[in-house]
Amino acid sequence: MANIFAFVESRGSDVRKVGLEAVTAARMLADKAGGEVHALMLGPPGISARAPQPGQYGADVVIVVEHAALANYSPEVATATAADRIKSGGYRAAVFSTSAQGRDLAPRVAARLGVSVVTDVISFEIEGDSIVVRHPVNIGKVIATLAISGSPAVIAMRPNVITPAQNAKAGRVENAQPAIDPSSARVKVIETRQGGSGKLDLAEAPVVIAGGRGLKAAENFKLVEDLAAAFGNAAVGATRAVTDDGWRPHSDQIGQTGRLVSPELYIAVGISGAVQHLAGMRTSKTIVAVNKDKDAPIFKVADYGIVGDVFEVIPALTEAVREAKKHH
Amino acid sequence: MCIKRVPDMDVRFKIGADNVSLDEAGLKFDINDFDAWAVEAALQLKEKNPGSEVTVISLGPDVVQETIRKALSMGADRGVQLKADKVPFDGLAIAKALAEELRTGAYDLIFFGKMSPDSSNGIVGPMTAELLGLPCVTAISSLQIADGKGTSKRELEGAQEIVEFQLPAVLTVDEGLNTARYPSLKGIMAAKKKPLEVKPAQLPPVQITVRKLELPAERKAGRVVGEGAAAVPELVKLLQTEAKVL
Repeated sequence: MANIFAFVESRGSDVRKVGLEAVTAARMLADKAGGEVHALMLGPPGISARAPQPGQYGADVVIVVEHAALANYSPEVATATAADRIKSGGYRAAVFSTSAQGRDLAPRVAARLGVSVVTDVISFEIEGDSIVVRHPVNIGKVIATLAISGSPAVIAMRPNVITPAQNAKAGRVENAQPAIDPSSARVKVIETRQGGSGKLDLAEAPVVIAGGRGLKAAENFKLVEDLAAAFGNAAVGATRAVTDDGWRPHSDQIGQTGRLVSPELYIAVGISGAVQHLAGMRTSKTIVAVNKDKDAPIFKVADYGIVGDVFEVIPALTEAVREAKKHH
Repeated sequence: MCIKRVPDMDVRFKIGADNVSLDEAGLKFDINDFDAWAVEAALQLKEKNPGSEVTVISLGPDVVQETIRKALSMGADRGVQLKADKVPFDGLAIAKALAEELRTGAYDLIFFGKMSPDSSNGIVGPMTAELLGLPCVTAISSLQIADGKGTSKRELEGAQEIVEFQLPAVLTVDEGLNTARYPSLKGIMAAKKKPLEVKPAQLPPVQITVRKLELPAERKAGRVVGEGAAAVPELVKLLQTEAKVL
C-alpha cells in the first residue's frame, strides 16, 4: 500500500481547476498503488469552506492550512508546509500542477526532499520502483519517456491533460498550521492583481481565440474579443509578434517563450503559424485557421481552414456562433 | 548567472540511434533566450552599481565555452565552465553541481532563465535556491533593487503577483523583463581576453533517466473548408457535427 500526496492549488479563497486535476491524477496513481490520496490546501481564513471539493474529486484526507497571511501565495510557507507533510507521510508520489504557482513550488519542495521533479507531465505509469512519465521536450517536437527512481516521485501535471473526475470520498478534513511563521518569509507576494473580472484564463479555457499580425492593428483585436464573447467560454491569446509590438500584454502570448495551451478548440485569426507559435498550441484538440494566405504554415496543422480576409470572415463567424449558441 | 547552450528549435528533430538522445548533426546552438535576458538583467545592474562583477557559469562539455564567451562579449566579467561530458536531464543533479560552485562566491543576486526549451522542465533555478537556502522568485517580468531589497512582478494565469524579496536572492527570468543586447565588435574582442575557468562538475548520480525519445504523432492533414465568409456555414456545421466543439 502506498499513499499519494496532491497539492491543491488555490488563488485567494478559490480552488483552481488545476488543483482538482492534481487530485484526480493522484487518485489514479493511488488506485494503481492501492493507497489513499492526501490533499493539502493553503489559503486565507475561509478556505476550509472549499475543503469538500478535493474530497469530491477523490481525496481521502484533505489537510487545510488557514492563515490570515495566506491571502496571497507564500512560496516559503507553501514549500515548508508541503515538504514537512510529504516527509512525515511517507508518500510514494507527490502531484503538483504545471502552473505559474506549481512551477515555482514543486521544484522547491522536491529539492527540500532531496529528490528531482518532472514538470509538464502528460501521462504516468507505475513500474515497479519507478514512476514512468511522458514529458514533451524541444517545444513539444519530441516526447521524452522518463523513469523517476527517487522516492517520493514528484511530478507536476500539464493543465488540461487530466479531466477532474468526481470520485467522491469521505474526504476526512484535518486542520493544520503553517510549517513556518508566515511573517518570517523572505519572499512576500504583496499583491495579486487579477486580470479583467470574470476573464477566463488561457490555460483553462475550453476555447482559445488567438490573433496575429493579420489583424493589422491593436484595436482590431475587438474582432477576436467579440468572437470569444460569442462562444462565452473562450479566452483571447496572441502571437509573439503582436505582444512584442505591445498590442497585447506579454501574458497573452501563446508560444515557445509564452503560454502553452491545449484547449478543445483553438481558432487562429490572421496567424501565419511560425514554429515558435505552433509550439504553444499544437496539442489543441481541434484547430481552426483563418488567413488570407493559402500557403500559410498554420493550415498544415489546422483541422479546418478558411482562406480569406479576417475582417470579413471573423464577423460572419461571430454571428454564426452567436446563432448556434442560441439554439442550445 | 547560470546559462545553458540550447539547439535552435526551428528544425525537424531527429532521434539518435540510441533512442535516448537527439541526432545533433546540423543543429545550430546558441544561448537559451531566457538566459540571454538573465544576462541582460545582470549587466544592467552592473552598470547601475559600479564596482560590481558579473560571473557567468555554464555546465557541460567544452562547446559551452562558446556560450560563455557570448555572455562575456555582451559584458560579463568572468566565466566558469563546470565541465561534464553531457548535461543530464535531471535538474536536481545540475542544481547540486551549480550550488557547489555558487557557494564559493559571495553573490548578491543569482540569475537563471526561467526554463530552457530543450528539456522544458524549468526547475534548476528554484532547486539551486533551495539547496543554497536563498530566497527565490521565479519567472520575473520586472525588477527593481533598492536598499538590499527587491521588487518583481510575476505573470500568473490571468493575474499578476507583485513580490518583495530580500537579498541575496535567486531570480529566474521570464520574457518581457528586457531585450538582450547584441555583443559589440569591441565586446567580442574584449571577451577573448576575459578569464574563463574550467572545473570538473560535481554531478551526483541521477534520479531521472531518459528511457526513450520519440517524435509525436503528426496531426492528420486538415482541410481548407472554403474561401471567405461564404465558407462560415460549412465551418460551423463541421464544428458542431464532426469536431463536436460547438
